[in-house]
Amino acid sequence: MNWVWSNLDRIGELVVVHLALSVPPVILAFVISVPIGWAAWRFRWSRGLLLSVCGILYAIPSLPLLLTLPGLVGVPLRSPANMILALALYGVALMVRTAADAFGDVDGDVRLASTAMGFSAWRRFTGVELPLAGPGLLAGLRVVIVSTVSLATISAVIGVQSLGSLFTDGFQRNIPAEIWSGVIATMLIAVALDALAVLGGRLLMPWARAPRRRRRGIVEQELAEVGA
Amino acid sequence: MNVFAEAFAWLFDPANWEGPDGIGARLAFHVVFSLAVVAGATIVALPIGVLIGHTGRGREPAVVVSGALRALPTLGLLTILALAMGLSVLAPYLALVVLAIPSVLAGAYAGVGGVSRTTVDAARAMGMTEGQIVLRVEAPLGLPTVIGGIRSAVLQVVATATLAAYIGGGGLGTYLFSGLKTGNYPMVLGVSMLIIALALVLDGAFALTQRLVVPEGVRVRRGTARLRSRPSRPRAAMG
Repeated sequence: MNWVWSNLDRIGELVVVHLALSVPPVILAFVISVPIGWAAWRFRWSRGLLLSVCGILYAIPSLPLLLTLPGLVGVPLRSPANMILALALYGVALMVRTAADAFGDVDGDVRLASTAMGFSAWRRFTGVELPLAGPGLLAGLRVVIVSTVSLATISAVIGVQSLGSLFTDGFQRNIPAEIWSGVIATMLIAVALDALAVLGGRLLMPWARAPRRRRRGIVEQELAEVGA
Repeated sequence: MNVFAEAFAWLFDPANWEGPDGIGARLAFHVVFSLAVVAGATIVALPIGVLIGHTGRGREPAVVVSGALRALPTLGLLTILALAMGLSVLAPYLALVVLAIPSVLAGAYAGVGGVSRTTVDAARAMGMTEGQIVLRVEAPLGLPTVIGGIRSAVLQVVATATLAAYIGGGGLGTYLFSGLKTGNYPMVLGVSMLIIALALVLDGAFALTQRLVVPEGVRVRRGTARLRSRPSRPRAAMG
């Protein structure tokens, strides 16, 4: 515990860095997956292809991906950009399936009714499909948040600062308390961001709670990813 | 593409494959170690998962525990165990077993629990004992999902075994960390691609197995691909 009290400012600093590393990929993944998931639902021929690509992407081990991306797209190896890109890719891989399912769950009659009322395709998407798919999208977003925050710690082994730096530093200097504080801080951030997402969902979608039927644990969602 | 040419040149240089520190030996170690981890996790998690799936009790705690385990940063777990147990192969082995358990567990309870209750009731009405129901009804019907869980665990373990080289776990990750230290990017890139290929090959092999173990009677006629792919998906099982 002594270590924690005397290094609180260091931990606080890394919490901020960790947030800067894990929040952008979550947002990127969400923004990218929603249209892709919609396309996978709307154009049935593309569904198998898109979901297979996501499955393959998700199967790629993280450290080798981080080390290959610089050669592929030219991001510097030891940069937050490399990390954010890799995390966003995993987020998309996890989220597209959920998004496709969420849009698929929108009641077909409601969709037809909105068309009959003269909604354009765009207004139908923003005004009907997106809000109705919202609870499903939120469930997917929560899984992405938890896995991204946890995965961001491996940045430490390629020399990018994050809460993972407490693991590598604590390991090299033989300070278990330092590693523990990193583990706990990481999990607290995940819980906090998750709570924030739920709160945001309540505010944006006051009419709906997360759909019971679709509620899956993070592991089950990953299983769906490889088990398709 | 120049870096890739260099990476392939390094990867396909026979001299790099030989000896106890060569690619061949480390690749073999990586695969054997990963499979040993998954075997360990399966021995622990499979019976528990089958029990949860069969009785329908304890699913909620299992979801919570496996979710929490998955939220645990892998590098944190690896380094904590390495400090506690020293730099042996035991620390990464234990850490990886812990990380592999949630997937196997979820696959087992989703697979067994997802078998139609009507089918299970029919088996019971025909006079099957609980043991027979598990072994002869639930196991074959749930097998694709159970294997899906093991498949997910294998991917997780192959990836994390790479990271385990950081705490002296051996395997292909060793190249990555030594290459990062010395700035040998062609080697790092070459081995990274090898590990990615390994993961994809294993994933493909398991995907194939999942398809092959769908019982004959469950396989639905062509043209209803949606239905046919259902048994292998835990989501359908939950729904």
